[in-house]
Amino acid sequence: MKLNRRTFLQSTAATAATGMFGSTAWAEDPIGVAGIHDLSGGLDIYGKPMVDALTLAVEEANAAGGLLGRQIKLINYDPQSNMQLYTQFSQQAALKDKVAVVHGGITSASREVIRPVLDKFKTLYFYNTQYEGGVCDRGQFDTGVTPAQTVEKLVPHAMKKWGKKVYVVAADYNYGQITSQWVKKYVTENGGEVPSIDFFPLDVTNFGPTISKIQAAKPDFVWSALVGGAHISFYRQWAAAGMRKSIPMASTTFAVGNEHIVLSPEECDGMLICYNYFQDLKNPVNEAFVTSFHKRFGADYPNITELAMGTYQGFRLWAEAVKKAGSIDRMKVIEALETGISIDAPSGKVTIDPPTHHCVLDVHIAEVSNKKLKVLEDFAQQKPADTAAVCNLIKNPDDNQQYVIKI
Amino acid sequence: MDLVALLAIQVLYAIASLALISVGLAIIFGMMRVINLAHGEFLMLGAYAAIVATSHGINIWISMLVIAPIVVGVIGIIVERAIIRFLYGRMIDTMLATWGLSLFLVGLTTAIFGNTTVGISAPLGSFEIGTYRVSTYTLFVIAVAIAVLAAIFAVLRWTRLGLIARGTMQNANMAAALGVDPPKVYAVTFGIGAALTGLAGAVLAPVSGVFPTIGVAYVAKSFITVIGGGAAILSGTVTASALFGTVNQIATFVTTPVFGEVALLATAIILIRLLPQGITGRFFRRGL
Repeated sequence: MKLNRRTFLQSTAATAATGMFGSTAWAEDPIGVAGIHDLSGGLDIYGKPMVDALTLAVEEANAAGGLLGRQIKLINYDPQSNMQLYTQFSQQAALKDKVAVVHGGITSASREVIRPVLDKFKTLYFYNTQYEGGVCDRGQFDTGVTPAQTVEKLVPHAMKKWGKKVYVVAADYNYGQITSQWVKKYVTENGGEVPSIDFFPLDVTNFGPTISKIQAAKPDFVWSALVGGAHISFYRQWAAAGMRKSIPMASTTFAVGNEHIVLSPEECDGMLICYNYFQDLKNPVNEAFVTSFHKRFGADYPNITELAMGTYQGFRLWAEAVKKAGSIDRMKVIEALETGISIDAPSGKVTIDPPTHHCVLDVHIAEVSNKKLKVLEDFAQQKPADTAAVCNLIKNPDDNQQYVIKI
Repeated sequence: MDLVALLAIQVLYAIASLALISVGLAIIFGMMRVINLAHGEFLMLGAYAAIVATSHGINIWISMLVIAPIVVGVIGIIVERAIIRFLYGRMIDTMLATWGLSLFLVGLTTAIFGNTTVGISAPLGSFEIGTYRVSTYTLFVIAVAIAVLAAIFAVLRWTRLGLIARGTMQNANMAAALGVDPPKVYAVTFGIGAALTGLAGAVLAPVSGVFPTIGVAYVAKSFITVIGGGAAILSGTVTASALFGTVNQIATFVTTPVFGEVALLATAIILIRLLPQGITGRFFRRGL
């Protein structure tokens, strides 16, 4: 077909018009919920379980009669680990699909892409990933754990076990940069030292020189905040160099992408981690959840991850707020969430902390052991103290920024 | 002192892995002037071939050193017969075609194997240099690189096949007049380039982990190495790998991996500015 300016304008105008009229919402229409998670590219190891958990949460809600008498329609977008697509899809979700809420974003970089777009178009946003903390924005809720809930617990635990000198390796974007500063802060407060923090772009696969550097620095243990598929080779090369037995490791990211299943036990056993959720948690809600999850996605599902649970809980919190508000209107739902809504989730009780829009929840320290995560220690109802120190959305509802730790 | 030895091994390893990932491209691009943008995907396919074979109970050495190059070599010949042979001498068209091929291969492997990272553990364990520990597999990669380069040299320099290949690349019409069948030579050469690329992907799979888009991490470095090396396939690949590998690894060790990459790219820019024809455009001109 030959395309000149006139036919081009005509056809795009026609498309735009159908788009506009096609999505006019009727009362009996389903409620739109968008999920934006990477299902391909380097971050897919995180995205797949998140989408599955969101799918299950929506199906459960629909089976129970939907919300406000309406069914829920889940619209999934795959941004392919590409930040530009996050902008495009969040605009599409807000303007074309006119969804009631967007759940999504995996890396902190992607969150900072989505957040301004959804703020601008007044669409409620849930970020369900564990992250570096500090985001303060009334239009957004963060259901994942932050360093004051995890790093603060894991640092003293690991230092008591292994020693005071900690070498940090981290992914080179806001998550790794900020989280590594939190690690440094807690290590210093516990009387230890951090000789070096090394950052790696997400596509680095050769860690040889770094492993030599770590050996030269002789730390008591290594802290990893590495992210994505390419960085898995760090653990492989570390084990191949025979280092796993001489220098142990703790992490704020390991196992979130099921690295402990991809790697062999010889490559990662003994590593310490700290999250909100582990599949083997012993409580009736979790046991029922795991059963229905396996029924839906197969009993051979490798592992229900921290991020999957964050997404499941994020959706449940939103649904609870919609019921309470009796509406899917953004402001009414935010106000309902700000009453401190709480759910009995598989990870334990999860409550929205109104001033920070983060969550009060349980955390657990676990050890990687033969492709399983063995829970060692529990900490009930941890507050997001890091964000709470700088952010109060009840007092300053117009605040909109990410606070960064200063050392 | 131990640290110097350790660093030397790391530098050698960086050179070896650069040479390995580039040499297949050097043959395809350097000899045949085909810009193969699917080069990274050939590496990826080699890695998957090795992993699939290993997980089906085949000895890891056989799957890496035999099965992976054969599989990717055959794929290379099919690609040459089906796509590339219609496009010789049309550089932009081959770029587009191989780029499309690259997207297709990424999509296909994603559909078959899923988009999760898979991998095999590096065999061979580790050894000690003083107080430091190094993976023995590092030495194996270096050995494979040396063996591959030596084999290419031997074939090009001393065999009839090498002579015919070099002749055909220099002047296809003259070679045809002397009774050589250029299309057959092209297909075989392309297949060998692809096979070596598959071998490199397989050998590097245990250290890097494999997912369908891993090719992206390699393809830029391979092109930089080949273009930096210049017209002579073998001496170009070796000298450019030596230069870039050393710069990258030492900069990484002294500063951070980010500056290591920056240093590599800066070196490449300066090199191309000073020697537009690559290293072998000025030095080692009579090398292979």
